[in-house]
Amino acid sequence: MKRSLENIENQFEMFQILNEKGEIVNEDAMPDLSDDDLKEIMRRMVYTRILDQRSIALNRQGRLGFYAPTAGQEASQLGSHYALEKEDFILPGYRDVPQLIWHGLPLYQAFLFSRGHFHGNQMPEGVNAVSPQIIIGAQITQAAGVGIGMKKRGKDAIAITYTGDGGASQGDFYEGINFAGAFNAQAVFVVQNNRYAISVPVEKQSAAKTIAQKAVAAGIEGIQVDGMDVLAVYAATKDARERAINGEGPTLIETMTYRYGPHTMAGDDPTRYRTEETDNEWEAKDPIVRFRTFLENKGLWSEEEENEVIEQAKEEVKAAIKKADEQPKQKVTELMDIMYEELPASLQEQREEYEAKESK
Amino acid sequence: MAQMTMIQAITDAMRTELKNDENVLVFGEDVGQNGGVFRATEGLQKEFGEERVFDTPLAESGIGGMSIGLALQGFRPVPEIQFFGFVFETMDAISGQMARYRYRSGGTRTMPITVRSPFGGGVHTPELHADSLEGLMAQQPGLKVVIPSNPYDAKGLLIQSIRDNDPVIFLEHMKLYRSFREEVPEEEYTIDLGKAEVKREGKDVTLIAYGAMVHTALKAADELEENGISAEIIDLRTVAPIDYETIMESVKKTNRAVVLQEAQKVAGVAANVVSEIQEKAILHLEAPVLRVTAPDTVYPFSQAETVWLPNHNDVVEKVNQVMNF
Repeated sequence: MKRSLENIENQFEMFQILNEKGEIVNEDAMPDLSDDDLKEIMRRMVYTRILDQRSIALNRQGRLGFYAPTAGQEASQLGSHYALEKEDFILPGYRDVPQLIWHGLPLYQAFLFSRGHFHGNQMPEGVNAVSPQIIIGAQITQAAGVGIGMKKRGKDAIAITYTGDGGASQGDFYEGINFAGAFNAQAVFVVQNNRYAISVPVEKQSAAKTIAQKAVAAGIEGIQVDGMDVLAVYAATKDARERAINGEGPTLIETMTYRYGPHTMAGDDPTRYRTEETDNEWEAKDPIVRFRTFLENKGLWSEEEENEVIEQAKEEVKAAIKKADEQPKQKVTELMDIMYEELPASLQEQREEYEAKESK
Repeated sequence: MAQMTMIQAITDAMRTELKNDENVLVFGEDVGQNGGVFRATEGLQKEFGEERVFDTPLAESGIGGMSIGLALQGFRPVPEIQFFGFVFETMDAISGQMARYRYRSGGTRTMPITVRSPFGGGVHTPELHADSLEGLMAQQPGLKVVIPSNPYDAKGLLIQSIRDNDPVIFLEHMKLYRSFREEVPEEEYTIDLGKAEVKREGKDVTLIAYGAMVHTALKAADELEENGISAEIIDLRTVAPIDYETIMESVKKTNRAVVLQEAQKVAGVAANVVSEIQEKAILHLEAPVLRVTAPDTVYPFSQAETVWLPNHNDVVEKVNQVMNF
């Protein structure tokens, strides 16, 4: 009787290119990125870190609504996104607003999403994405469907979806990756393992040593990546994307990362479930710090350049908030109008009641 | 004109739309090679190929999510949930997701999905096959819920459902699948969703029903007629949205109404119909509006189902109550 669990689990080693000190440790895997690309990736990570800081501040001032902090996860979010093309379709989780922004969702709309205004969910023409999913895991079966549809259409594009370590416990996670495998969907599933599903540590989610190994059960590729290493995340996603388009099947990517902030700004207190030691340990792996070192050593980045990005981000946040403020308030009657293609008679009656209320 | 059973009319509707629109996809558990456990998709995979008519893994939530993803790619999915009792496995995909996509996206995305599923009692199935769960669906804003009572309506309503740009739950009463044949045109035709039909004109009392209960109402009406009571019968055909206009017109004429449903008293849609009648036509009523429903237990083990299910005697009894109020 042959036992296989240990053998399988040992196959899943964390893929890394850039270590914590900013040194290339895996030269062979170094992706083909120009100096401009490398600088653009840095620019996006710095910008997003500032956006996160500003968003937290705006939330505390009561000027933003629902907000899930992103600091710490920049390499996972933006490295994977940088491997995408415009035609690729994003099905994000609720923390994945940065990918939407870099895919083309204007910043003021991202703020409107946070404020609970439906204009924030209206993707502009040509932005292939849906608004962030609130039900953990629901996006995963949908991503399989998008990826199956792309294959049927013969598109050179993929569906990419994001969830967290908690999301990998949902039934929809298993159904989604299994459907994707069964239909050879053009899909990539990213699990950002930030170690805590609100407060529950990943060790309590599953007996599995890695989340990546769950791919094996679905008969698809799985890879665990250093989620604080933007080059590794980029390379893994790029490879997964190419294989999906070439008909070589979907991929599950687990990125090992950490969220520095609370789960959301709605009262979560991480000191109840995480220690300062753990926080420090992970902050020492910071994706921006190590990538900055790498770029500085190559003579590609300077403090002035970073300050420029910081100033730009602050200015753009200010302008976007102003634009969000100018958006007309939404009305209940407008919500009734977007329930169906044609308003049913019973809802029409209710609409008249609300129209009267709203005109008062 | 061909004589068709309801299941044949349903297959015919899917065939019609598979031919008309290359974006239509038909799929589910055992739907491809096997033609469905009730043979609703008989011959369709052979005719349209495996890319358009296919089997899925056995996972209802996955089927629901996949339908949404395909709709996001511009397809018009027609998934089958093998028995409607299995819908609990995909409640989020239906009520949490497809029903809300148009709304959630600020009106920029549509979900032209038709979820077909057999349901309904009286055929001695194991647990969670026969439940009348249309009430759960009907109370979810964003969904339309269609329940045909005969082959002719089934074809016209299903074609219209598939063409509808909003998600439709299309429920097929198992007892009606092969219980009778009627003339069904081979050419395509549609029946508007949200429009009830007066199945039989009458002047003393209005019986409002849908699905298999339409036939129970017809049987009761025959018996009532012998006793000199003339019953008008309305087949709702769509239980979300409900055609209240047709109901009110009838009730204002007959001044009495009884609402029938196979579902339990707390479930189903009868309570909505009763409320709406008293809100809109109370001064026309000569008696309270009564309901004929199943009792509020879980759907019974099959040995007890014949007694549990409402029948024409229950209808006659309730009609006599409203006539003698």
